[in-house]
Amino acid sequence: MAMTLHVDIVSAEKELFSGPVEMVTAPGELGELGILPRHSQLLTRLKPGQVRLQLQGGEEQLFYVSGGMLEVQPHVVTILSDTAERARDLDEVAAQTAKQRAEQVIADSRSEFDFARAKAELAEAIAQLQTIEKMRRLRKSG
Amino acid sequence: MAGAKEIRTKIKSIKSTQKITKAMEMVAASKMRKAQERMRAARPYASKIRNVISHLAHAHTEYRSPGLIEREVKRVGLIVISTDRGLCGGLNTNLFKATIAAMQQWRGQGVEVDLCTIGTKAFQFFRRLKGNVVAHVAHLGDAPRFEDVLGPVKVMADAFTEGRVDAVHLVYNEFVNTMTQKPRIEQLVPITAEVKDTAPQHRWDYIYEPDPKELIELLLRRYGESVVYQSLVENVACEMAARMVAMKSASDNAGALIDELQLIYNKARQASITQELSEIVGGAAAV
Repeated sequence: MAMTLHVDIVSAEKELFSGPVEMVTAPGELGELGILPRHSQLLTRLKPGQVRLQLQGGEEQLFYVSGGMLEVQPHVVTILSDTAERARDLDEVAAQTAKQRAEQVIADSRSEFDFARAKAELAEAIAQLQTIEKMRRLRKSG
Repeated sequence: MAGAKEIRTKIKSIKSTQKITKAMEMVAASKMRKAQERMRAARPYASKIRNVISHLAHAHTEYRSPGLIEREVKRVGLIVISTDRGLCGGLNTNLFKATIAAMQQWRGQGVEVDLCTIGTKAFQFFRRLKGNVVAHVAHLGDAPRFEDVLGPVKVMADAFTEGRVDAVHLVYNEFVNTMTQKPRIEQLVPITAEVKDTAPQHRWDYIYEPDPKELIELLLRRYGESVVYQSLVENVACEMAARMVAMKSASDNAGALIDELQLIYNKARQASITQELSEIVGGAAAV
């Protein structure tokens, strides 16, 4: 029986493959990589493309990855696939919006925070009204 | 018959409230199941990337990332994950209590805290406390996407690499089971010994393609994102579980209240009948 290595392909939202294979072919950033058992430790980034797994018995399985990372240990290969096509500056935009949202909400007095305070004030007022009503009733009956 | 009508309207209003809480309970139960599935689905990635990080921490890399080295802490970044909506029992309150305790401990040591809030509840709470909120995202819905955490993580990661904060922590609710959710505070960067300590020790290094610095930083960033995403999904499961339990007890309480009111109503009705009867009897005797 040929030697095998264990491969895990995972994306952030689910596991795609886990099991023994004879060879992995992956689209490394600097070119196509073929990995056999006992490969030296390697860390690289993946380009969008196909990951080919040669299963035991010669069967082949294909996966599409839209980028990600590949880690090789002598008998374990881990492919951390990105979920979606990530533009290079997507994070930047998201970070900016997160910051802006915080600032905006802080600056804007009629925002959600004020809504919360208004709700608290309303609850207080209702409690006061209830107490007044109770006292009135007591006075009436007494 | 004094008050009978009032009691009747009260019973009716409590009944309609009970209907709402019952419906919310069922909705939360089905959403919880889905959230748990998502939580399970996100686990492999988190555990795999954790493995890779632990390998990395043990490798004798030519480039040492600041994310792997503990440094003196003068300011920490704190990512707080909360829910967007209320009506989920003490879930957020417990989380905030734990957060405040940690913040007080840091303050005692002269450590400042920068906050990044996920979910409206955390934002409202820390805004009122005059916490230093530097970033905020909300309304991610019941099925948060991986892309949703990129913004807040980037803000904190940048603050860390630029040296504005010396450590980044994460606060979220851990899903123990349907009845129990536990607030948890976890250190994201620098990578703690707890994460590092799972790999065998011997000297080796990776082959990097192309550049070790870039790759390691990317890996650490992905690690942070995956941990935050995982916690976010877990927090949603917690929210649904807590809401389900809270709504169930609300429905039960409404039922008990209705029973009580029904009893009062029946007594009042009976008393008025007795009174009427005795009045008739008294009237007949007078004639």
